[in-house]
Amino acid sequence: MTTLLDVDNLWVRFPSRTGVFDAVRGISFSLGRERLGIVGESGSGKSLTGRAILRLIRSPGIVEAGHINLHGDNLLAKSEAEMRKVRGEKISMVMQDPKFSLNPVMTVGDQIIEAYRLHAKASKAEAYKKSVEMLKAVSIRDAERVMKAYPHEMSGGMGQRIMIAMMLIPNPEILIADEPTSALDVSVQGQVLSIMDKLVKERGMGLIFISHDLNLVSQFCDRVLIMYAGRIVEVCDAAKLHEAKHPYTRGLLGSLPRFDEPRDRLQVLTRDPAWREAPSVEARL
Amino acid sequence: MSDAISIQNLNVWFGEHNDLFQAVKNASLTVAKGASFGLVGESGSGKSTILRALTGLAPQWEGQMSINGTDLTEKRDKQFYKTVQMVFQDPYASLHPRQSVDQVLSETLHLHGFQDIDNRVNKLLDDVGLGPAFRFRYPHQLSGGQRQRIAIARALAAEPKILLLDEPTSALDVSVQAEILNLLCDLRAEHGLTYLMVSHDLAVVAHMCERAAVMRNGEIVEIIEVADMRAGKTTHDYTAQLLHASANRVG
Repeated sequence: MTTLLDVDNLWVRFPSRTGVFDAVRGISFSLGRERLGIVGESGSGKSLTGRAILRLIRSPGIVEAGHINLHGDNLLAKSEAEMRKVRGEKISMVMQDPKFSLNPVMTVGDQIIEAYRLHAKASKAEAYKKSVEMLKAVSIRDAERVMKAYPHEMSGGMGQRIMIAMMLIPNPEILIADEPTSALDVSVQGQVLSIMDKLVKERGMGLIFISHDLNLVSQFCDRVLIMYAGRIVEVCDAAKLHEAKHPYTRGLLGSLPRFDEPRDRLQVLTRDPAWREAPSVEARL
Repeated sequence: MSDAISIQNLNVWFGEHNDLFQAVKNASLTVAKGASFGLVGESGSGKSTILRALTGLAPQWEGQMSINGTDLTEKRDKQFYKTVQMVFQDPYASLHPRQSVDQVLSETLHLHGFQDIDNRVNKLLDDVGLGPAFRFRYPHQLSGGQRQRIAIARALAAEPKILLLDEPTSALDVSVQAEILNLLCDLRAEHGLTYLMVSHDLAVVAHMCERAAVMRNGEIVEIIEVADMRAGKTTHDYTAQLLHASANRVG
Protein backbone atom coordinates (compact mmCIF):
# COMPACT_ATOMS: atom_id res chain seq x y z
CA MET A 1 0.00 0.00 0.00
CA THR A 2 1.31 3.47 -0.85
CA THR A 3 1.91 5.74 2.09
CA LEU A 4 0.01 9.01 1.94
CA LEU A 5 0.94 10.42 5.27
CA ASP A 6 3.82 9.63 7.58
CA VAL A 7 4.05 11.02 11.09
CA ASP A 8 7.33 10.62 12.93
CA ASN A 9 7.80 11.12 16.67
CA LEU A 10 4.97 13.63 17.20
CA TRP A 11 4.82 15.54 20.48
CA VAL A 12 2.17 18.05 21.52
CA ARG A 13 2.95 20.10 24.62
CA PHE A 14 1.13 22.72 26.60
CA PRO A 15 3.02 24.90 29.08
CA SER A 16 1.13 25.37 32.33
CA ARG A 17 1.77 26.86 35.74
CA THR A 18 2.88 23.51 37.05
CA GLY A 19 5.27 22.76 34.21
CA VAL A 20 4.92 21.56 30.64
CA PHE A 21 2.11 19.08 30.04
CA ASP A 22 2.78 16.50 27.32
CA ALA A 23 -0.54 15.68 25.70
CA VAL A 24 0.88 13.59 22.86
CA ARG A 25 4.18 11.88 23.63
CA GLY A 26 6.21 10.81 20.65
CA ILE A 27 3.92 8.80 18.40
CA SER A 28 4.80 7.56 14.93
CA PHE A 29 2.37 6.18 12.40
CA SER A 30 1.59 6.20 8.73
CA LEU A 31 -1.57 6.20 6.66
CA GLY A 32 -2.19 4.59 3.29
CA ARG A 33 -5.40 4.46 1.28
CA GLU A 34 -7.23 2.87 4.19
CA ARG A 35 -9.51 3.59 7.09
CA LEU A 36 -7.35 4.08 10.15
CA GLY A 37 -9.11 4.29 13.50
CA ILE A 38 -7.66 6.06 16.53
CA VAL A 39 -9.39 5.14 19.79
CA GLY A 40 -8.83 6.02 23.41
CA GLU A 41 -10.44 7.72 26.38
CA SER A 42 -10.88 11.45 26.66
CA GLY A 43 -7.51 13.01 27.32
CA SER A 44 -5.55 10.31 25.52
CA GLY A 45 -4.42 12.74 22.83
CA LYS A 46 -6.37 11.35 19.88
CA SER A 47 -8.03 14.61 18.83
CA LEU A 48 -4.81 16.57 19.27
CA THR A 49 -3.08 14.13 16.95
CA GLY A 50 -5.64 14.94 14.24
CA ARG A 51 -5.33 18.65 14.82
CA ALA A 52 -1.55 18.56 14.90
CA ILE A 53 -1.46 17.01 11.42
CA LEU A 54 -3.36 20.00 10.02
CA ARG A 55 -1.29 22.36 12.20
CA LEU A 56 -4.41 23.62 13.91
CA ILE A 57 -2.82 23.80 17.36
CA ARG A 58 -2.25 27.39 18.27
CA SER A 59 0.20 28.98 20.68
CA PRO A 60 0.85 28.40 23.57
CA GLY A 61 0.51 24.79 22.40
CA ILE A 62 3.75 23.40 21.00
CA VAL A 63 3.90 20.80 18.23
CA GLU A 64 7.18 18.98 17.62
CA ALA A 65 7.85 16.07 15.31
CA GLY A 66 10.60 14.48 13.28
CA HIS A 67 8.39 15.05 10.31
CA ILE A 68 4.76 15.01 9.22
CA ASN A 69 5.16 14.05 5.60
CA LEU A 70 2.40 14.24 3.04
CA HIS A 71 3.77 12.44 -0.03
CA GLY A 72 7.26 13.07 1.29
CA ASP A 73 6.56 16.76 1.71
CA ASN A 74 7.06 17.98 5.30
CA LEU A 75 4.01 19.90 6.51
CA LEU A 76 5.93 21.31 9.47
CA ALA A 77 8.27 23.18 7.13
CA LYS A 78 5.44 24.96 5.34
CA SER A 79 4.46 28.58 5.87
CA GLU A 80 0.98 29.43 7.07
CA ALA A 81 0.00 30.51 3.53
CA GLU A 82 1.16 27.18 2.13
CA MET A 83 -0.71 25.33 4.87
CA ARG A 84 -3.94 26.99 3.76
CA LYS A 85 -3.45 25.29 0.40
CA VAL A 86 -3.10 21.95 2.18
CA ARG A 87 -6.14 22.33 4.41
CA GLY A 88 -9.24 21.37 2.49
CA GLU A 89 -7.46 20.64 -0.76
CA LYS A 90 -5.17 17.83 0.43
CA ILE A 91 -6.35 17.05 3.95
CA SER A 92 -9.69 18.04 5.41
CA MET A 93 -11.33 17.48 8.73
CA VAL A 94 -14.87 16.78 9.94
CA MET A 95 -15.37 17.85 13.54
CA GLN A 96 -17.58 16.37 16.20
CA ASP A 97 -20.54 18.66 16.38
CA PRO A 98 -22.06 20.20 13.23
CA LYS A 99 -23.72 22.85 15.40
CA PHE A 100 -20.37 24.41 16.14
CA SER A 101 -18.55 23.85 12.89
CA LEU A 102 -21.01 25.37 10.41
CA ASN A 103 -21.23 29.15 10.11
CA PRO A 104 -24.61 30.09 11.61
CA VAL A 105 -25.06 33.30 9.58
CA MET A 106 -24.30 31.92 6.11
CA THR A 107 -26.62 29.71 4.12
CA VAL A 108 -25.50 26.13 3.64
CA GLY A 109 -25.16 26.77 -0.11
CA ASP A 110 -22.89 29.79 0.32
CA GLN A 111 -20.63 27.84 2.66
CA ILE A 112 -20.22 24.89 0.33
CA ILE A 113 -19.71 27.15 -2.69
CA GLU A 114 -17.07 29.08 -0.76
CA ALA A 115 -15.26 25.86 0.15
CA TYR A 116 -15.24 24.81 -3.49
CA ARG A 117 -14.23 28.13 -5.03
CA LEU A 118 -11.36 28.62 -2.59
CA HIS A 119 -9.61 25.67 -4.14
CA ALA A 120 -10.97 25.35 -7.69
CA LYS A 121 -11.18 28.06 -10.30
CA ALA A 122 -14.88 27.86 -11.05
CA SER A 123 -17.67 30.28 -11.85
CA LYS A 124 -20.45 30.73 -9.32
CA ALA A 125 -22.88 28.82 -11.52
CA GLU A 126 -20.52 25.86 -11.84
CA ALA A 127 -19.84 25.90 -8.13
CA TYR A 128 -23.56 25.93 -7.42
CA LYS A 129 -24.13 22.95 -9.68
CA LYS A 130 -21.23 21.07 -8.13
CA SER A 131 -22.49 21.83 -4.61
CA VAL A 132 -25.96 20.51 -5.36
CA GLU A 133 -24.39 17.34 -6.78
CA MET A 134 -22.29 16.96 -3.67
CA LEU A 135 -25.30 17.36 -1.38
CA LYS A 136 -27.06 14.67 -3.40
CA ALA A 137 -24.01 12.46 -3.01
CA VAL A 138 -24.43 12.63 0.78
CA SER A 139 -28.07 11.52 0.39
CA ILE A 140 -29.75 14.86 0.93
CA ARG A 141 -32.97 14.60 -1.04
CA ASP A 142 -34.12 18.16 -1.61
CA ALA A 143 -30.65 19.61 -2.17
CA GLU A 144 -31.92 22.85 -3.76
CA ARG A 145 -33.90 23.71 -0.63
CA VAL A 146 -31.02 22.83 1.67
CA MET A 147 -28.71 25.13 -0.33
CA LYS A 148 -30.90 28.08 0.66
CA ALA A 149 -31.33 27.04 4.28
CA TYR A 150 -29.37 28.16 7.34
CA PRO A 151 -27.59 25.61 9.58
CA HIS A 152 -30.07 26.04 12.47
CA GLU A 153 -32.83 24.77 10.20
CA MET A 154 -31.03 21.45 9.80
CA SER A 155 -31.11 18.44 12.10
CA GLY A 156 -27.88 17.04 13.56
CA GLY A 157 -27.62 14.25 11.02
CA MET A 158 -28.26 16.63 8.11
CA GLY A 159 -25.70 19.07 9.51
CA GLN A 160 -23.07 16.37 9.71
CA ARG A 161 -23.80 15.27 6.13
CA ILE A 162 -23.47 18.88 5.01
CA MET A 163 -20.11 19.06 6.79
CA ILE A 164 -18.98 15.92 4.99
CA ALA A 165 -20.14 17.37 1.66
CA MET A 166 -18.25 20.58 2.36
CA MET A 167 -15.09 18.76 3.36
CA LEU A 168 -15.14 16.43 0.36
CA ILE A 169 -15.97 18.96 -2.33
CA PRO A 170 -12.36 20.16 -2.81
CA ASN A 171 -11.52 16.48 -3.37
CA PRO A 172 -8.90 15.97 -0.65
CA GLU A 173 -6.71 12.89 -0.42
CA ILE A 174 -7.07 12.48 3.31
CA LEU A 175 -10.09 13.01 5.51
CA ILE A 176 -9.68 13.32 9.27
CA ALA A 177 -12.97 12.64 11.01
CA ASP A 178 -12.93 13.59 14.70
CA GLU A 179 -15.84 11.80 16.40
CA PRO A 180 -18.07 12.54 13.41
CA THR A 181 -21.05 10.64 14.75
CA SER A 182 -20.81 11.01 18.53
CA ALA A 183 -23.39 13.80 18.57
CA LEU A 184 -25.86 11.77 16.50
CA ASP A 185 -28.50 9.13 17.23
CA VAL A 186 -27.67 5.49 16.53
CA SER A 187 -30.13 5.28 13.67
CA VAL A 188 -28.59 8.33 11.98
CA GLN A 189 -25.02 7.28 12.75
CA GLY A 190 -25.35 4.35 10.38
CA GLN A 191 -26.45 6.58 7.51
CA VAL A 192 -23.68 9.10 7.99
CA LEU A 193 -21.04 6.40 8.30
CA SER A 194 -22.10 4.51 5.22
CA ILE A 195 -22.09 7.73 3.18
CA MET A 196 -18.62 8.57 4.41
CA ASP A 197 -17.47 5.04 3.75
CA LYS A 198 -18.82 5.03 0.20
CA LEU A 199 -17.22 8.36 -0.71
CA VAL A 200 -13.89 7.46 0.82
CA LYS A 201 -13.82 4.18 -1.11
CA GLU A 202 -14.92 5.69 -4.42
CA ARG A 203 -12.29 8.37 -4.29
CA GLY A 204 -9.54 6.16 -2.94
CA MET A 205 -8.96 8.48 -0.01
CA GLY A 206 -7.19 7.85 3.26
CA LEU A 207 -9.38 8.23 6.33
CA ILE A 208 -8.33 8.87 9.91
CA PHE A 209 -11.30 8.08 12.10
CA ILE A 210 -11.00 9.35 15.66
CA SER A 211 -13.48 7.86 18.11
CA HIS A 212 -13.93 6.71 21.67
CA ASP A 213 -16.32 3.98 20.56
CA LEU A 214 -14.50 0.66 20.23
CA ASN A 215 -17.37 -1.30 18.70
CA LEU A 216 -17.93 1.31 16.06
CA VAL A 217 -14.26 1.43 15.11
CA SER A 218 -14.02 -2.34 14.92
CA GLN A 219 -16.96 -2.39 12.51
CA PHE A 220 -15.92 0.56 10.41
CA CYS A 221 -12.12 0.71 10.12
CA ASP A 222 -9.33 -1.41 8.62
CA ARG A 223 -6.65 -0.77 11.20
CA VAL A 224 -6.87 0.61 14.72
CA LEU A 225 -4.41 2.50 16.93
CA ILE A 226 -5.21 2.45 20.62
CA MET A 227 -3.95 5.49 22.48
CA TYR A 228 -3.37 5.87 26.20
CA ALA A 229 -1.90 8.93 27.92
CA GLY A 230 -0.49 10.37 24.69
CA ARG A 231 1.10 7.18 23.44
CA ILE A 232 0.07 4.36 21.15
CA VAL A 233 -0.20 1.23 23.27
CA GLU A 234 -1.39 -1.17 20.62
CA VAL A 235 -2.01 -1.48 16.88
CA CYS A 236 -4.26 -4.14 15.44
CA ASP A 237 -6.52 -5.08 12.58
CA ALA A 238 -9.96 -3.68 13.24
CA ALA A 239 -11.61 -7.03 12.65
CA LYS A 240 -9.36 -8.55 15.31
CA LEU A 241 -9.90 -5.81 17.87
CA HIS A 242 -11.75 -8.23 20.11
CA GLU A 243 -8.62 -10.35 20.27
CA ALA A 244 -6.50 -7.40 21.37
CA LYS A 245 -3.82 -8.24 23.89
CA HIS A 246 -2.92 -5.07 25.76
CA PRO A 247 -4.59 -5.01 29.19
CA TYR A 248 -5.83 -1.47 28.54
CA THR A 249 -7.64 -2.46 25.35
CA ARG A 250 -8.97 -5.57 27.06
CA GLY A 251 -10.15 -3.43 29.98
CA LEU A 252 -11.97 -1.01 27.69
CA LEU A 253 -13.67 -3.87 25.87
CA GLY A 254 -14.61 -5.52 29.15
CA SER A 255 -16.16 -2.38 30.58
CA LEU A 256 -18.79 -2.17 27.83
CA PRO A 257 -22.24 -3.44 28.73
CA ARG A 258 -22.99 -6.15 26.18
CA PHE A 259 -26.40 -6.52 24.69
CA ASP A 260 -25.95 -10.17 23.83
CA GLU A 261 -24.19 -11.19 27.05
CA PRO A 262 -25.87 -9.93 30.18
CA ARG A 263 -23.76 -9.84 33.34
CA ASP A 264 -24.29 -8.65 36.86
CA ARG A 265 -21.35 -6.34 37.19
CA LEU A 266 -19.31 -4.53 34.63
CA GLN A 267 -15.59 -4.97 34.68
CA VAL A 268 -13.78 -1.90 35.95
CA LEU A 269 -10.51 -0.82 34.43
CA THR A 270 -7.57 -0.87 36.83
CA ARG A 271 -4.84 1.31 35.44
CA ASP A 272 -1.27 0.13 35.67
CA PRO A 273 1.22 3.01 35.97
CA ALA A 274 3.54 0.99 33.72
CA TRP A 275 1.24 1.59 30.72
CA ARG A 276 2.03 5.27 30.88
CA GLU A 277 5.77 4.65 30.84
CA ALA A 278 5.85 1.95 28.18
CA PRO A 279 7.29 3.27 24.91
CA SER A 280 4.90 4.12 22.12
CA VAL A 281 4.23 1.37 19.59
CA GLU A 282 5.17 2.31 16.05
CA ALA A 283 2.18 2.06 13.75
CA ARG A 284 3.72 2.21 10.30
CA LEU A 285 2.46 0.17 7.38
CA MET B 1 -49.19 -2.39 46.99
CA SER B 2 -49.20 0.72 44.85
CA ASP B 3 -46.64 1.26 42.13
CA ALA B 4 -43.70 3.57 42.72
CA ILE B 5 -44.41 5.51 39.55
CA SER B 6 -47.61 5.40 37.59
CA ILE B 7 -48.23 7.55 34.53
CA GLN B 8 -51.56 7.41 32.67
CA ASN B 9 -52.32 9.20 29.38
CA LEU B 10 -49.66 11.83 29.87
CA ASN B 11 -49.50 14.68 27.36
CA VAL B 12 -46.82 17.36 27.57
CA TRP B 13 -46.61 20.54 25.55
CA PHE B 14 -43.98 23.19 25.08
CA GLY B 15 -44.39 26.69 23.68
CA GLU B 16 -47.20 29.21 23.43
CA HIS B 17 -50.64 29.29 21.80
CA ASN B 18 -49.89 29.30 18.08
CA ASP B 19 -46.46 27.75 18.46
CA LEU B 20 -47.47 24.79 20.56
CA PHE B 21 -45.43 21.61 20.31
CA GLN B 22 -46.62 18.36 21.81
CA ALA B 23 -43.53 16.57 23.09
CA VAL B 24 -45.25 13.61 24.73
CA LYS B 25 -48.45 12.05 23.40
CA ASN B 26 -50.67 9.86 25.51
CA ALA B 27 -47.89 8.04 27.35
CA SER B 28 -48.72 5.45 30.00
CA LEU B 29 -46.34 3.40 32.08
CA THR B 30 -45.99 1.97 35.56
CA VAL B 31 -42.87 1.17 37.53
CA ALA B 32 -43.14 -1.18 40.50
CA LYS B 33 -41.37 -0.44 43.77
CA GLY B 34 -37.71 -1.39 43.63
CA ALA B 35 -37.79 -1.95 39.89
CA SER B 36 -35.65 -0.30 37.27
CA PHE B 37 -37.37 0.94 34.13
CA GLY B 38 -35.72 2.28 30.99
CA LEU B 39 -36.84 4.81 28.41
CA VAL B 40 -35.15 4.49 25.03
CA GLY B 41 -35.53 6.27 21.73
CA GLU B 42 -33.92 8.81 19.44
CA SER B 43 -33.23 12.37 20.50
CA GLY B 44 -36.42 14.38 20.36
CA SER B 45 -38.61 11.37 21.07
CA GLY B 46 -39.75 12.78 24.39
CA LYS B 47 -37.97 10.47 26.81
CA SER B 48 -36.34 13.20 28.88
CA THR B 49 -39.58 15.20 28.77
CA ILE B 50 -41.35 12.48 30.74
CA LEU B 51 -38.76 12.83 33.51
CA ARG B 52 -39.07 16.60 33.41
CA ALA B 53 -42.86 16.39 33.65
CA LEU B 54 -42.54 14.10 36.67
CA THR B 55 -40.24 16.49 38.52
CA GLY B 56 -42.31 19.53 37.61
CA LEU B 57 -39.82 21.03 35.16
CA ALA B 58 -42.32 20.87 32.30
CA PRO B 59 -45.36 22.74 33.60
CA GLN B 60 -47.74 22.23 30.65
CA TRP B 61 -48.97 18.71 31.10
CA GLU B 62 -52.21 16.82 31.23
CA GLY B 63 -53.07 13.33 32.37
CA GLN B 64 -52.40 11.43 35.54
CA MET B 65 -49.09 10.91 37.28
CA SER B 66 -48.75 9.38 40.70
CA ILE B 67 -45.84 8.55 42.96
CA ASN B 68 -46.40 5.76 45.51
CA GLY B 69 -50.12 6.08 44.98
CA THR B 70 -50.27 9.85 45.53
CA ASP B 71 -51.47 11.84 42.54
CA LEU B 72 -49.28 14.70 41.45
CA THR B 73 -50.81 18.15 41.16
CA GLU B 74 -49.45 21.26 39.54
CA LYS B 75 -47.36 22.14 42.58
CA ARG B 76 -45.08 19.57 44.15
CA ASP B 77 -44.76 19.54 47.92
CA LYS B 78 -41.64 18.94 49.99
CA GLN B 79 -42.54 15.33 50.49
CA PHE B 80 -42.36 14.80 46.73
CA TYR B 81 -38.80 16.06 46.53
CA LYS B 82 -37.87 13.87 49.47
CA THR B 83 -39.11 10.87 47.55
CA VAL B 84 -38.05 11.69 44.00
CA GLN B 85 -34.67 13.03 42.91
CA MET B 86 -33.07 13.45 39.52
CA VAL B 87 -29.54 12.99 38.15
CA PHE B 88 -28.83 15.01 35.04
CA GLN B 89 -26.94 14.12 31.91
CA ASP B 90 -24.02 16.48 31.90
CA PRO B 91 -21.96 16.55 35.10
CA TYR B 92 -20.06 19.52 33.70
CA ALA B 93 -23.19 21.65 33.52
CA SER B 94 -25.16 20.46 36.53
CA LEU B 95 -22.72 21.45 39.30
CA HIS B 96 -22.16 25.06 40.32
CA PRO B 97 -18.60 25.94 39.27
CA ARG B 98 -18.01 28.28 42.23
CA GLN B 99 -19.34 26.00 44.96
CA SER B 100 -17.26 23.33 46.60
CA VAL B 101 -18.57 19.80 47.00
CA ASP B 102 -19.14 20.60 50.68
CA GLN B 103 -21.31 23.63 49.86
CA VAL B 104 -23.34 21.74 47.26
CA LEU B 105 -24.11 18.84 49.59
CA SER B 106 -24.59 20.88 52.79
CA GLU B 107 -27.03 23.22 51.10
CA THR B 108 -29.04 20.33 49.75
CA LEU B 109 -29.09 18.66 53.18
CA HIS B 110 -30.03 21.93 54.84
CA LEU B 111 -32.91 22.45 52.40
CA HIS B 112 -34.22 19.01 53.21
CA GLY B 113 -34.15 19.90 56.91
CA PHE B 114 -31.46 17.56 58.18
CA GLN B 115 -29.56 18.42 61.36
CA ASP B 116 -26.36 16.36 61.45
CA ILE B 117 -25.07 17.81 58.19
CA ASP B 118 -21.39 17.20 58.86
CA ASN B 119 -21.80 13.45 59.33
CA ARG B 120 -24.19 13.17 56.46
CA VAL B 121 -21.84 14.85 53.97
CA ASN B 122 -19.13 12.34 54.83
CA LYS B 123 -21.61 9.49 54.64
CA LEU B 124 -22.80 10.60 51.19
CA LEU B 125 -19.25 10.87 49.89
CA ASP B 126 -18.57 7.38 51.21
CA ASP B 127 -21.73 6.09 49.57
CA VAL B 128 -20.62 7.22 46.14
CA GLY B 129 -17.10 5.90 46.67
CA LEU B 130 -15.23 9.20 46.94
CA GLY B 131 -14.30 9.59 50.59
CA PRO B 132 -13.77 12.74 52.70
CA ALA B 133 -10.70 13.90 50.74
CA PHE B 134 -13.03 15.24 48.04
CA ARG B 135 -15.15 17.29 50.38
CA PHE B 136 -13.52 20.67 49.86
CA ARG B 137 -12.82 20.42 46.17
CA TYR B 138 -14.40 22.51 43.45
CA PRO B 139 -15.94 20.93 40.33
CA HIS B 140 -12.99 21.90 38.11
CA GLN B 141 -10.74 19.84 40.37
CA LEU B 142 -12.78 16.72 39.64
CA SER B 143 -12.88 14.43 36.61
CA GLY B 144 -16.12 13.79 34.72
CA GLY B 145 -16.77 10.54 36.57
CA GLN B 146 -16.11 12.13 39.96
CA ARG B 147 -18.49 14.97 39.11
CA GLN B 148 -21.22 12.53 38.21
CA ARG B 149 -20.63 10.81 41.57
CA ILE B 150 -21.16 14.16 43.30
CA ALA B 151 -24.35 14.69 41.31
CA ILE B 152 -25.52 11.26 42.45
CA ALA B 153 -24.55 12.08 46.06
CA ARG B 154 -26.59 15.28 45.83
CA ALA B 155 -29.60 13.32 44.59
CA LEU B 156 -29.18 10.82 47.44
CA ALA B 157 -28.95 13.56 50.06
CA ALA B 158 -32.71 13.66 50.57
CA GLU B 159 -32.76 9.87 51.06
CA PRO B 160 -35.14 9.45 48.14
CA LYS B 161 -36.91 6.26 47.18
CA ILE B 162 -37.01 7.02 43.46
CA LEU B 163 -34.17 8.25 41.27
CA LEU B 164 -34.80 9.68 37.83
CA LEU B 165 -31.66 9.20 35.74
CA ASP B 166 -31.40 11.29 32.58
CA GLU B 167 -28.60 9.77 30.48
CA PRO B 168 -26.32 9.55 33.54
CA THR B 169 -23.33 8.17 31.64
CA SER B 170 -23.56 9.44 28.09
CA ALA B 171 -21.03 12.22 28.72
CA LEU B 172 -18.50 9.76 30.17
CA ASP B 173 -15.85 7.39 28.82
CA VAL B 174 -16.73 3.69 28.69
CA SER B 175 -14.33 2.82 31.49
CA VAL B 176 -15.88 5.49 33.73
CA GLN B 177 -19.36 4.53 32.58
CA ALA B 178 -18.75 1.03 33.93
CA GLU B 179 -17.83 2.45 37.36
CA ILE B 180 -20.91 4.68 37.51
CA LEU B 181 -23.27 1.91 36.35
CA ASN B 182 -21.82 -0.45 38.99
CA LEU B 183 -22.24 2.28 41.61
CA LEU B 184 -25.88 2.77 40.60
CA CYS B 185 -26.50 -0.98 40.83
CA ASP B 186 -24.96 -1.12 44.31
CA LEU B 187 -26.90 1.90 45.54
CA ARG B 188 -30.13 0.45 44.27
CA ALA B 189 -29.53 -2.78 46.19
CA GLU B 190 -28.37 -0.95 49.33
CA HIS B 191 -31.12 1.66 49.59
CA GLY B 192 -33.90 -0.22 47.83
CA LEU B 193 -34.25 2.47 45.18
CA THR B 194 -36.54 2.58 42.17
CA TYR B 195 -34.97 3.81 38.94
CA LEU B 196 -36.50 5.43 35.91
CA MET B 197 -33.63 5.74 33.48
CA VAL B 198 -33.40 7.49 30.14
CA SER B 199 -30.72 6.41 27.71
CA HIS B 200 -30.17 6.25 23.99
CA ASP B 201 -27.81 3.32 24.49
CA LEU B 202 -29.76 0.07 24.37
CA ALA B 203 -26.91 -1.92 25.90
CA VAL B 204 -26.87 0.36 28.95
CA VAL B 205 -30.62 0.11 29.41
CA ALA B 206 -30.48 -3.65 28.97
CA HIS B 207 -27.75 -3.83 31.62
CA MET B 208 -29.54 -1.65 34.16
CA CYS B 209 -33.25 -2.27 33.71
CA GLU B 210 -35.76 -5.11 33.71
CA ARG B 211 -38.30 -3.39 31.50
CA ALA B 212 -38.13 -0.57 29.01
CA ALA B 213 -40.42 1.66 26.98
CA VAL B 214 -39.42 2.44 23.40
CA MET B 215 -40.39 5.94 22.32
CA ARG B 216 -40.74 7.61 18.97
CA ASN B 217 -42.07 11.10 18.17
CA GLY B 218 -43.46 11.52 21.66
CA GLU B 219 -45.33 8.22 21.70
CA ILE B 220 -44.52 5.03 23.54
CA VAL B 221 -44.56 2.46 20.76
CA GLU B 222 -43.78 -0.54 22.90
CA ILE B 223 -43.15 -1.58 26.48
CA ILE B 224 -40.92 -4.58 26.49
CA GLU B 225 -39.19 -6.88 28.97
CA VAL B 226 -35.44 -6.59 28.59
CA ALA B 227 -35.15 -10.38 28.35
CA ASP B 228 -37.47 -10.28 25.33
CA MET B 229 -35.48 -7.43 23.86
CA ARG B 230 -32.27 -9.42 24.15
CA ALA B 231 -33.98 -12.39 22.53
CA GLY B 232 -35.19 -10.16 19.69
CA LYS B 233 -38.85 -10.78 20.53
CA THR B 234 -40.20 -7.38 19.59
CA THR B 235 -43.79 -6.63 18.67
CA HIS B 236 -43.21 -3.26 17.04
CA ASP B 237 -41.13 -2.72 13.89
CA TYR B 238 -39.49 0.37 15.26
CA THR B 239 -37.99 -1.53 18.20
CA ALA B 240 -36.57 -4.07 15.78
CA GLN B 241 -35.10 -1.25 13.69
CA LEU B 242 -33.54 0.32 16.75
CA LEU B 243 -32.07 -3.01 17.82
CA HIS B 244 -30.67 -3.57 14.37
CA ALA B 245 -29.20 -0.06 14.18
CA SER B 246 -27.45 -0.40 17.52
CA ALA B 247 -25.97 -3.80 16.67
CA ASN B 248 -24.71 -2.98 13.16
CA ARG B 249 -24.04 0.64 12.99
CA VAL B 250 -22.24 0.59 9.69
CA GLY B 251 -25.12 0.15 7.29
